[in-house]
Amino acid sequence: MNQASLSLESPSHDAEFGDYFALLKPRVMTLVVFTAFVGLLAAPVSIHPFVGFCAILFIAVGGGAAGALNMWYDADIDAMMKRTTKRPIPSGRVSKGEALAIGLGLSGFSVVFLGLATNWTAAALLAFTIFFYVIIYTIWLKRWTPQNIVIGGAAGAFPPMIGWAAATGSVSIESVLMFCLVFMWTPPHFWALALFMRSDYDVAKVPMLTVTHGRRATRVHILVYTVLLAALALATSATSVGGFVYLGTAVVLNGLFLKGAVDIWRRDETRSEADDYKVEKRFFRLSLLYLFAHFGAILVEAGLDHYTTGGAF
Amino acid sequence: MQTEHELHSRRMGRNLWVGGLLITFVALIFGLTVVKVTEGDIAGALKIEGTDQ
Repeated sequence: MNQASLSLESPSHDAEFGDYFALLKPRVMTLVVFTAFVGLLAAPVSIHPFVGFCAILFIAVGGGAAGALNMWYDADIDAMMKRTTKRPIPSGRVSKGEALAIGLGLSGFSVVFLGLATNWTAAALLAFTIFFYVIIYTIWLKRWTPQNIVIGGAAGAFPPMIGWAAATGSVSIESVLMFCLVFMWTPPHFWALALFMRSDYDVAKVPMLTVTHGRRATRVHILVYTVLLAALALATSATSVGGFVYLGTAVVLNGLFLKGAVDIWRRDETRSEADDYKVEKRFFRLSLLYLFAHFGAILVEAGLDHYTTGGAF
Repeated sequence: MQTEHELHSRRMGRNLWVGGLLITFVALIFGLTVVKVTEGDIAGALKIEGTDQ
């Protein structure tokens, strides 16, 4: 047993609470909480505020549990990539066994209590999300296909659908469109990151599109997905979660996002390296604003609906 | 007089967090129970039962 594997198996010193919390990927959890919150509030069915709070909490815990299981399985490649070497397992603060136990324990806890607090449709969707992220994405696809980001993105897209189901007990066209919005947004977001974080994925031998099909193909993929995403985002405005605020936001941001994707597509590596991937980095930052603004607009529409019709929440 | 074990002082912060989480968990379950009993299905079932008698 070498030193690296030894540090993954047994922690070098007592872990603090914060080390265990870091296993839950709190930054990813903020996206989960926000989109699930929007899904819950945009739903046309009332839910008691305390039950709504518990639903969001259990969805967040479920997302965190999936993150812990991801860190358990990916500890070897996390130790190789600069971006992830400080995570609790590769840095030797938490053992793999602890991460596995926390991940499994919190998975069961979150699904059961979401079911008890709201309904079993929402709980089943949460269970499927954890299964999808851990088994389908982390264990199966991540190291096997360059489309890992596309398919794995589905796991991150489920929270608004779970939030909606927590309120309504069902799945509808609106919640499917919110799912699709995150699903289609994920590839261009991560491929832009892969363009300027090239060495990390190469070193870990994760089959990112940039490595397997080349950087030119990645730029084309970003453009194609951005065009599809724009169509989808605009179509959402025609549903009950849309409205003038959402439509305005979608028109402006999709225009900017499409321009960014075209700029990335028109560039070559020489130009990108010359300005240290300025356009790619700007597109990545815009992608964060893009998702936040779209879901923020859906939230505003839900608020306006409540104000004008004396709606549910 | 007992002296504090080294393990307790070393893991004080962690134990406090676990204690806090358990108290929060109890409060959540209590709150959910109150909401379910006063506003949810259980309240509806109790009303129907009362009407029957």
